[in-house]
Amino acid sequence: MEKIVSRHFGQENSHRLEHYLKDGGYVSARKALTQMTPAAVIEEIKRSNLRGLGGAGFPTGTKWGFIPQGNPKPKYLVINADEGEPGTFKDKYIMEQDPHALLEGIIITCFAINSHKAYVYVRGEYIKSMKILQEAIDEAHSKGYLGKGIFGTNFDIEVVVHPGAGAYICGEETALLSSLEGGKGFPRLKPPFPAVVGLFESPTVINNVETIACVGPIINRGAAWFAQLGSEKNGGNRLFCVSGHVNKPGVYELPNGITLREIIYEHAGGILQARKLKAVIPGGISAPVLTADQLDVKMDFDSLKAIGSMAGSGGIIVMDETTDMVWAALVAARFFALESCGQCSPCREGSGWVYRQIKRIYEGQGRLHDLNNLPGIVNNIGGNTICAFGDAVTMSVGSYVSKFRSEFEAKIKG
Amino acid sequence: MPNVSIDGKQIEVPAGTTIIQAAEKLGIEIPRYCYHPALPVAGNCRICMVEIEKQPKLQIACYTPVSEGMVVKTNSPKVIEVRKSVLEFLLVNHPVDCPVCDQAGECKLQDYYMEHGQYDSRLDNVKVKKEKKAFPIGPTIMLDQERCILCTRCVRFTDNISKTHEFGVFDRGDHSQVDVYPGKQLDNNYSGNVADICPVGALTDRDFRFKCRVWYLSQTKSVCPGCSMGCNTTVEWDKMRPHQFKKARVMRLKPRLNEEVNSFWMCDKGRYNYHFIDENRIHHPQLKDGLVSWEKAIDMVAENLKALQAAKHTGAIGVLASAQLTNEDLFVIRKFFKENLPGASVDFKLAEVPGESDDFLMKADKNPNTAGASLILESNTGAAAILQKAKQGDLDVLYVFGHDLVKLYGKETVGLIAQKVKLFIYQGSNINETCSYAHLNLPSSVYAEKEGTFTNCQQRVQRIWPALAPLGESKGDWEIISQLSNKLDAPLAYKSSQEIFKDLAATIPAFAGMSYEKLSDKGMLLK
Repeated sequence: MEKIVSRHFGQENSHRLEHYLKDGGYVSARKALTQMTPAAVIEEIKRSNLRGLGGAGFPTGTKWGFIPQGNPKPKYLVINADEGEPGTFKDKYIMEQDPHALLEGIIITCFAINSHKAYVYVRGEYIKSMKILQEAIDEAHSKGYLGKGIFGTNFDIEVVVHPGAGAYICGEETALLSSLEGGKGFPRLKPPFPAVVGLFESPTVINNVETIACVGPIINRGAAWFAQLGSEKNGGNRLFCVSGHVNKPGVYELPNGITLREIIYEHAGGILQARKLKAVIPGGISAPVLTADQLDVKMDFDSLKAIGSMAGSGGIIVMDETTDMVWAALVAARFFALESCGQCSPCREGSGWVYRQIKRIYEGQGRLHDLNNLPGIVNNIGGNTICAFGDAVTMSVGSYVSKFRSEFEAKIKG
Repeated sequence: MPNVSIDGKQIEVPAGTTIIQAAEKLGIEIPRYCYHPALPVAGNCRICMVEIEKQPKLQIACYTPVSEGMVVKTNSPKVIEVRKSVLEFLLVNHPVDCPVCDQAGECKLQDYYMEHGQYDSRLDNVKVKKEKKAFPIGPTIMLDQERCILCTRCVRFTDNISKTHEFGVFDRGDHSQVDVYPGKQLDNNYSGNVADICPVGALTDRDFRFKCRVWYLSQTKSVCPGCSMGCNTTVEWDKMRPHQFKKARVMRLKPRLNEEVNSFWMCDKGRYNYHFIDENRIHHPQLKDGLVSWEKAIDMVAENLKALQAAKHTGAIGVLASAQLTNEDLFVIRKFFKENLPGASVDFKLAEVPGESDDFLMKADKNPNTAGASLILESNTGAAAILQKAKQGDLDVLYVFGHDLVKLYGKETVGLIAQKVKLFIYQGSNINETCSYAHLNLPSSVYAEKEGTFTNCQQRVQRIWPALAPLGESKGDWEIISQLSNKLDAPLAYKSSQEIFKDLAATIPAFAGMSYEKLSDKGMLLK
């Protein structure tokens, strides 16, 4: 299978411009800026069926099309490189192993939406990523790929690397904007959507690193080529981050239609010490957990949604038969309790409450009514909050309780 | 203009109206914590969620604008369920220390719990402990982080209304706390308002703290006499329990909504300017050598005035009226001194030093009725000229309304005046240094004991209502003058301030067409 986004991964000096230029680097950006109109770029991306790979899976071309060009305010491109979803570590690879692929995508995207400034909001702990990305930006500047009048056109682009401020919620796009503006990372009420009122109250496109890294190859080789790689409504490949009880954890670029079973057993080397698989989180900790009998699901957005989970950020966390699922639920609940931004009452108070209830059960102090109350409490959070974090608490924590209830009961009965 | 149906009732509202506002117009109150009509929408409390036909998820009524044909349900089983659950969440870490909380009785947690909660508690976990309880964050406000439901009304008030930016939300999740920024205090001209808008007992007023349970309070509409802005207020009093707080009747003042004047707000100077209502009052008419009856006091003044009238020597009468008086008081002063005793010198503008002011509500003119006094007492002799005459011995009677002359002109001047003037009358509500120089002190009532009107700096005539009976033997200013007039040739037989206002409106063109009924709660602008 031909690799696209990860084509340079593992190669020596893959992060240098010299290396990137060897196999057609910046050809797409030059093509877009010198031979295409912004509308044609957007149309191409639409036809490629590229979907947002940060987790929501929103069609990328459609998102770009929302930018109102009649608006006199500047337009911004914001790259979401916050990558805070536990189990997810793909954007780090792109920024460290192939930063120019991201930059080329940024150039094309800026051109498509008529933006002259892009911010890359990088998770605060990713110090190495930020350093390598900044070096790549400097290299691109020196070649005239960024800055004033790039590729001999009169189009200007500046790219700013902004270190994240340390909260998981800043990966939520509107919280990211608040944080980028210097405020507390609180998600914003929608509408207005960022495409209309985003960064500094201006029209803004926010895309994930991996999404933007796909843009160059699409422009180079055409929408039809990209679209046919994936499943029906989901073009291209995906980077899957496999962690947990597998023999070969890591980042794998695989087609969207691949099954979970294939990823775990054919690519990630199967379960450690040939033990039995018990549960899998298919798309970062916010995704509802799957059981061993659900491994034949295809890993695209729509198939996972159909069985009540989600593709999310592509973070696959594998748990074998030795895993205490109450403990796993506790870890997830603790994460949500610590990372709720605290803005909406149900999520702020509910996430902590749920965590303490599960903790009590885990520590053997639980009672049956604690377990009976849990689904109700958890359900009162989702759907009742400003952002999707509340939904994640409901779906994620709720799935452990419903799918592994017997383990909870066992803890309570001692 | 979209048509919308809320709980089966139809209404047409301007585009952009939110569901919570449209519902209010129909008399339907949707519960709210974070929503406040004068603050930007935060949408964080989630108690105002309503069901909208054809929308799968409930929406917050405070943020969602109505659209044509929208069908809203504010009381469907789904809505009630969510409301209950939001209340439950808000109580997860709330201390429920209502018995020792000043907010009890006017707490929205209590109110909505009674309306929508009342379930069996399943909150048996240890509560998150927060650091600051009963913690003074400035001269006026006490913070209790445990009671806080993080609606951020206070944050938005200091960001958008006072623009002083003291408050922030710190930390995340259920460890979030509202607090002032490090090294800051909540110390601005409008700090008291945060206690009003706090829907729970997280921010309480230090001045009111533990003084009275709110359910003992009665409310009377009024206008702040602290400056020429005339912020609309409510005087909150408790006269049934005189053993409380040194027999004080008034427990606190609250701002009263008037979009044209002060919106929901008032300044701290005005808010805490009520202790004089019950403290340091003049209770009885008093001569230099002791108390005197009202009858004798009135006779004494009347005889002096009559003598001057008979001798055609009314030029020896000097009157220092005051812009602290109501339009009605001033009109009676005009009638009595200017019309019945022509020649008498009357003025109200003394050499007062302009007070503190800002670009919001606080005005430098600390009188509530300068605009009214200027119109009613039109021709100004000039206070300086009156005082000059008094010092030179050219006045036989000097009648001072409420002014503390000692504070303004010093003891020496006032001492000289007291020597040179035959009858130096001080008519006022509270004891000051001038009282000891005056030959006769007449106790008048304070604004909270009066019915009448003030005219503010916007030329708005606004009513005040009597919250309390006059303290001791004190009487309304116009009533005293009216009694005095009975002893002279032309009695002013007014029976009520409403009667005076009617006469005033018929006499002074700027007030033409006004009546107490028409002034109502919000007042009217002068012509």
